[in-house]
Amino acid sequence: MKWSLIFELSKALMLARFKQTAVAATGVMFSITMFVTLLGFMNGLNSMLDGLVLNRTPHIRFYNEIKPNPNQPVDITDEFQNTWNIIRSIKPSTSRLAIYNSEQIIQNLENDSRVLGVSPKVSAQVFFNVGTIDLTGIVSGIDVEKEAQLFAFTDYVTAGNYEELNQTNTIILGKGLADRMLTGIGDVIQITTAQGNKMQVRVVGYYQSGLGDYDNSNSFASIGTVQKMLGEPPSYVTDIQVKLHNLDLAPSMARELEKIYNIDADDIQTVNAQFETGTNIRTLISYAVGITLLVVSGFGIYNILNMMIYEKLDTIAILKAIGFNGSDVNRIFITIALSIGVIGGGIGLVFGYFACLGIDQIPFETEALPTIKTFPVDYNPKYYFIGASFSLITTYLAGFFPARKASGVDPVDIIRGK
Amino acid sequence: MKNHHPTALQAEGIDKFFFNPTKTQVLKKISFEVKQGEFVSVVGKSGCGKSTLLYILSTMDTDYQGKLHLDGELITGKPRNYLAHLRNEKIGFVFQFHYLLNEFSVLENIMIPGLKLGKYSREELEYRAMEKLRIFEMEEHALKKANQLSGGQKQRVAIARALINDPLLIMGDEPTGNLDKKNSDIVFNKFKELAQEFKQTMLVVTHDQEFAEGTDRIIEMEDGRVIRQ
Repeated sequence: MKWSLIFELSKALMLARFKQTAVAATGVMFSITMFVTLLGFMNGLNSMLDGLVLNRTPHIRFYNEIKPNPNQPVDITDEFQNTWNIIRSIKPSTSRLAIYNSEQIIQNLENDSRVLGVSPKVSAQVFFNVGTIDLTGIVSGIDVEKEAQLFAFTDYVTAGNYEELNQTNTIILGKGLADRMLTGIGDVIQITTAQGNKMQVRVVGYYQSGLGDYDNSNSFASIGTVQKMLGEPPSYVTDIQVKLHNLDLAPSMARELEKIYNIDADDIQTVNAQFETGTNIRTLISYAVGITLLVVSGFGIYNILNMMIYEKLDTIAILKAIGFNGSDVNRIFITIALSIGVIGGGIGLVFGYFACLGIDQIPFETEALPTIKTFPVDYNPKYYFIGASFSLITTYLAGFFPARKASGVDPVDIIRGK
Repeated sequence: MKNHHPTALQAEGIDKFFFNPTKTQVLKKISFEVKQGEFVSVVGKSGCGKSTLLYILSTMDTDYQGKLHLDGELITGKPRNYLAHLRNEKIGFVFQFHYLLNEFSVLENIMIPGLKLGKYSREELEYRAMEKLRIFEMEEHALKKANQLSGGQKQRVAIARALINDPLLIMGDEPTGNLDKKNSDIVFNKFKELAQEFKQTMLVVTHDQEFAEGTDRIIEMEDGRVIRQ
C-alpha cells in the first residue's frame, strides 16, 4: 500500500474538518507547552536548590573523626579474651585532627582516573574578637584556586576580590558574620584560636551561601594563613575534599579508600540523602501534572476523531467499496491522530521553549541567593525529547480505538442505510 | 455467439438470511451467470432482494451460502483484504447516491481507485482520468470539488471512476434512481455507449423498466428468487 495516498487522504479529511483538527492540535500544543515549561522551571529550581548544598559539598570527604578507640586494651589482653567485658565512661583518645601523610594521599588521589580534583582544607574553631565580645566561628583554610574550580567558591563571594585571599593574613567573612561585627572590606579584625593564639587579619570580601546559619559563623582564609594561625606546619591538613567525574561512584569509593588510608570518609549520598528525596518527589510531581495534561488532551483527540468518523462514515464506506481494506482505513485515522500529535507537539515544544525563555527573564532576587538574578530554568533537551515522545504516544493511543472502529465499518450497512 | 465468451461472474445457489429481528430468507437458491461483454439488468419489485444480491456479488457482503465465481476464480470464503483488492482491480461501482468524496476534486475522485491499485504512475493516471472524463463530456469540470456538481454530473463522474482501473465488471445499484428524466437519460445513454463501443461487462440493478429494456438481458426477481432470465 502506498503511504503517499494514505497521507493524501488523511490530509484531505483533516482539512475538511480544519477547525476541529486545529482545536485538537491546540490541545496537544497547550499540554506540551505546559509540560516542557513546568519541567524546565521545576528542574531549574530543583538544581538551584540542590546546588546550594551539593555544589559546595565534596563527593568524598576524608577526615579524622574524634571518637573513642574501638579497640580498648581490655579486649586485646589475652586474659579477658573469653569474658564479657563492660567498660563504663570511655573517653575519646587523644588523636590528632590532622590527617597522617596527607601529601601522599592527595598525590595518590590526583593520579586516580575516577577523580576530577582534590582540594585540601584546614578547619579551625576560632573566636572573632569584637570589642569585649567574642563571636564563635569557623575559619576554613582553603586552596583558593582549587576551591574556585571544584566547588564554585567564587559564585558565593558577593563583595571584594577572592584572589586577594592568596595573600597571607587575609580573610573572607560570611555575610551574616560581617554584619554582626560591623566590618567593612579592608578593615582589620582580630581572631583568637581555641589554643589561645591571637592574630590580626584583613577582611577582603564577603561570602554569602544563601544558608543564613552557615554565613553567620563561617569564614575563609588561605590554607597557609590558617596553618600559621594554629601554629602548625604546612603538612597540617584536617580535610581532604574530593570531587569525582561520576557522582554515583562516591559511596563505593569512600568505603574502598577508607580502608586503604585508614581514615574516615563521608560520601555525598549518605550526607545529603534528604536532598535527593526532595528532588525526586518534586520531579515526580511535575511529571504527574504534565502527563495528566497530555491525557486530557488525548481524550480531546479521541472525541474529535470519533466525531470525524461518525461524520465521514460515507467516505469510509466508499473507500471500502472501491477497494480499500480495513487496515488502510485504520492507517488513515492513525495518520490523522499522529499528525495532530506531531503538529501540536512540535508547536508545543517551540512555545514551551519560548515560555522558558520568558520565565528566565523574570527578576527573582532574594537576599538568600546572591547568584540568582532571575528565575532559574533548566533547558535540558531531555524534557523536550520526553515531551515529544509523550505527545506521539498519547495521540497514537487516542487514535487507536477510533481508527479500529473506522476500519470495522461495514460498507453495506452504510450504503444500504441510505 | 455469446456462449463462446468466457464467464465474468457466476453465482451458484446463493442463499441469504437476515437474522434481525427474526430469521428470514431473502435470497433463495439464486443461480445465474454473466458473460464477458454482456450488459445485464436485474429488475424486481422493491424488497425482492435485488440490492442484497448485488452486495453479495460485489464481494462486500460475505455472509451468504452458495458459491460465487469471478473471472473463473472461486471467491467465496476468501479473506476480506483479498476481496478488497479484488474489488479495487476487477469491479467498478456506481451507486444510487453518487458517493463521491467531497474533500477531493473530480479528477482526484476518479484517480483514487487507480492510485490504490498502483498499476500506473500518477501522471499516467491523470491522463487516463481525463480521458474517461472526456467520454462523459465532463473534462471542463475536472478541477471542481465534487460537491459543486449537479446530481447528474456526479453520477457521470461516478461512472468514470468505476472505469479507471479497466474493471472486468461494472456494477450499478439503481444508478438512475435518484435522477430526473433528463439526467437519467444521459446516464442511461452512457451505459449503452459503454456496452456497445467498449464491450464493457455491466450488471445493473434497477426498477426503471425503460432502462432495463435497453439492456442485453433482463434477470427478473421476485420474492428472493430468479423468475426469468
